[in-house]
Amino acid sequence: MDATDATRTPLVVLRDISVSFGGVRAVDQVSAELYEGEVLGIVGHNGAGKSTLVKVLSGACKRDGGTIAIRGEDANIDNPRDARRYGIETIYQTLALADNVDAAANIFLGRELKTRWGTLDDLAMEAQARSVMGRLNPHFARFKDPVKSLSGGQRQSVAIARAILFNARILIMDEPTAALGPQETAQVGELVRKLKAERIGIILISHDIHDLFDLADRICAMKNGRVVGTARVSDVSKDEVLGMIILGKCPPGATPGPGAMVLETR
Amino acid sequence: MKPGRLHPLALFLRSTELDTRTLGLIAALLLIWIAFHLLSGGLFLTPRNLWNLSVQSSSVAVMATGMVLVIVTRNIDLSIGSMLGFIGMIMGVVQADWLPKLFGFEYPATWALTLAAGLAIGVVLGALQGFIIAYLGIPSFIVTLGGLLVWRGAAWWVTSGQTVAPLDDTFRLMGGGPEGSIGATWSWLVGIAACVAVVLSLANGRARRKKFQFPLRPIAAEIFLAGIACAAILGAIAVVNAYPWPIGSVRRYAQANHIVVPEGGLFIAHGIAIPVLVAIGVGVVMTFLAKRTRFGRYVYAIGGNPEAAELAGVNTRWVVMKVFMLMGLLAALSGAISIARLNAATNSEGTLAELLVIAASVIGGTSLAGGVGTVAGAMLGAVLMQSLQSGMVLLGVDTPLQNIVVGAVLVIAAWLDAVYRRRAGAAGS
Ligand SMILES: Nc1ncnc2c1ncn2[C@@H]1O[C@H](COP(=O)(O)OP(=O)(O)OP(=O)(O)O)[C@@H](O)[C@H]1O
Ligand SMILES: [Mg+2]
Repeated sequence: MDATDATRTPLVVLRDISVSFGGVRAVDQVSAELYEGEVLGIVGHNGAGKSTLVKVLSGACKRDGGTIAIRGEDANIDNPRDARRYGIETIYQTLALADNVDAAANIFLGRELKTRWGTLDDLAMEAQARSVMGRLNPHFARFKDPVKSLSGGQRQSVAIARAILFNARILIMDEPTAALGPQETAQVGELVRKLKAERIGIILISHDIHDLFDLADRICAMKNGRVVGTARVSDVSKDEVLGMIILGKCPPGATPGPGAMVLETR
Repeated sequence: MKPGRLHPLALFLRSTELDTRTLGLIAALLLIWIAFHLLSGGLFLTPRNLWNLSVQSSSVAVMATGMVLVIVTRNIDLSIGSMLGFIGMIMGVVQADWLPKLFGFEYPATWALTLAAGLAIGVVLGALQGFIIAYLGIPSFIVTLGGLLVWRGAAWWVTSGQTVAPLDDTFRLMGGGPEGSIGATWSWLVGIAACVAVVLSLANGRARRKKFQFPLRPIAAEIFLAGIACAAILGAIAVVNAYPWPIGSVRRYAQANHIVVPEGGLFIAHGIAIPVLVAIGVGVVMTFLAKRTRFGRYVYAIGGNPEAAELAGVNTRWVVMKVFMLMGLLAALSGAISIARLNAATNSEGTLAELLVIAASVIGGTSLAGGVGTVAGAMLGAVLMQSLQSGMVLLGVDTPLQNIVVGAVLVIAAWLDAVYRRRAGAAGS
């Protein structure tokens, strides 16, 4: 029952994904796989291309090249609506909240609950928002205020709540705990383990190597838009991961990518 | 946050969950009315003046309900005045020229066909501008500035500048006047229906909150709210019913119906003017759209963060295009009211209306930064601006000074709003 057993069909296969912004190759020929019930950690320096890579999968960013396959079939993901149809939910690094409306309206944005008259069912949405927020951030009580007036961590909790409420099969978390306190961070860790047990595939971007070694099954390191190497956490040490991030040096326990050991030009 | 330190009255007002911003606007409006009443020696708060005020406000109020949504999505529409003029000209020609040629004069459906044609053209013009803005990504300021020039020129082209008059008799009822009002009995019925609707919606809201076990307002607050709303509605009806038809209209009516006018005249009440009824209807529908439908939710979300709305799967372009279509529809409706009131379609109708409408929205609390604004506020803003204008006319203030005052009030209102929001933001709202 190995999650990365080569005989099993991966949940997601990203093949040779490239994204350029003007002259900048933000993501350069990146390939990666994600299996059911697996946490894939993505690490890399600032500007390595992590967010851009996952945005391609969530439909937020157009790719210049490469293919996406989900459960072995080619997937057409051109916008966020497409991605949601494949069960892909994303917690964006920027949170992507509409600041002027309340938590429930944000959580249900694009998927509002309606009454039998076809009107918005704000009370039902608030009730569900209360229950999901209760799991993430038990102290949270400001359901009537626009999210603009919430703290950074509270806003992050709203963004997480939005991603987990709708039975995601693939969950993308781009630095989900950057603004959270220790208790709330621990809660997100619990949540990740629970979702993993429900066979959900999770892509987790984080700068916290400790946390990643705790939560992830495999780690993929990126540098300057390219994959340096991918490794099971049991096969590499934290220092080796740091070496991949900083020097682009692929350790023996990892599978090297096209970004490994490149000549430093900058 | 700390209810213990609040005055009991403030606490009670808070328990009603009324929007303080709207309350402030109503207070300002009442203050202006009382000031004009005193300054004019008791001429302002009369049934006659208030009835006229209601009719004069309706055209701007109708368009302000759409402008709120346009501004909330971080756009602007400068073309509505010209669009009103253009569509007004078309509606004039359709009812005074085309339809009579087909069906003869005073064909009973002329007004409806004309209005339908006007509204359809409004939607199409709005869709055209909306498409360019939403799908081609040209800023709305530019597109609608172009529209301002194009539609005004087009208005001239319809008849090479000639005024179209007179209009269809039934169509003219949309402009108000003694015949264009619904009379005392119907007005009371409308008022009572409105009161019933208020009470039912409060009761329904309470029942639903109970079902989800959410905190309820104190029952006293509910009764207070219902009481105030019903008193305001019935009071307004009493006022418009206290304004009698002028003697000339009464005489004509008596002659037509073979009634002998008794000594001391016959009291026929105006009741609610049809354009006012239209404006109120539009206000209710637009509030419903804004608050209770997905479309409205998306409009506000786009205003708060367009990127977030897109990432959440909202088809933001289509929503923006629909907002402009709605605005075109409302400009056409306003055009119908305007030409009906004038009993003529002229190619300069609606000149500068866009600025009055934007001003009404801003005075009503719409933020040009987007994301914030209410339909009711914008309509109140329209009434407030019209009150200033009619009050100054009553006091004999010259037109240039009127403009100066309205302009200054606009800027002061925006400033007060900014101060209010900063306070509200700092206090955690
Ligand atoms: N919308 C954009 N327009 C232009 N360049 C962009 C855009 N988004 C990202 N980039 C560039 O692409 C590169 C990768 O950015 P990305 O956000 O993917 O990095 P990241 O690995 O997520 O970094 P961080 O750890 O800081 O979040 C950077 O050089 C960035 O400047
Ligand atoms: Mg990033």
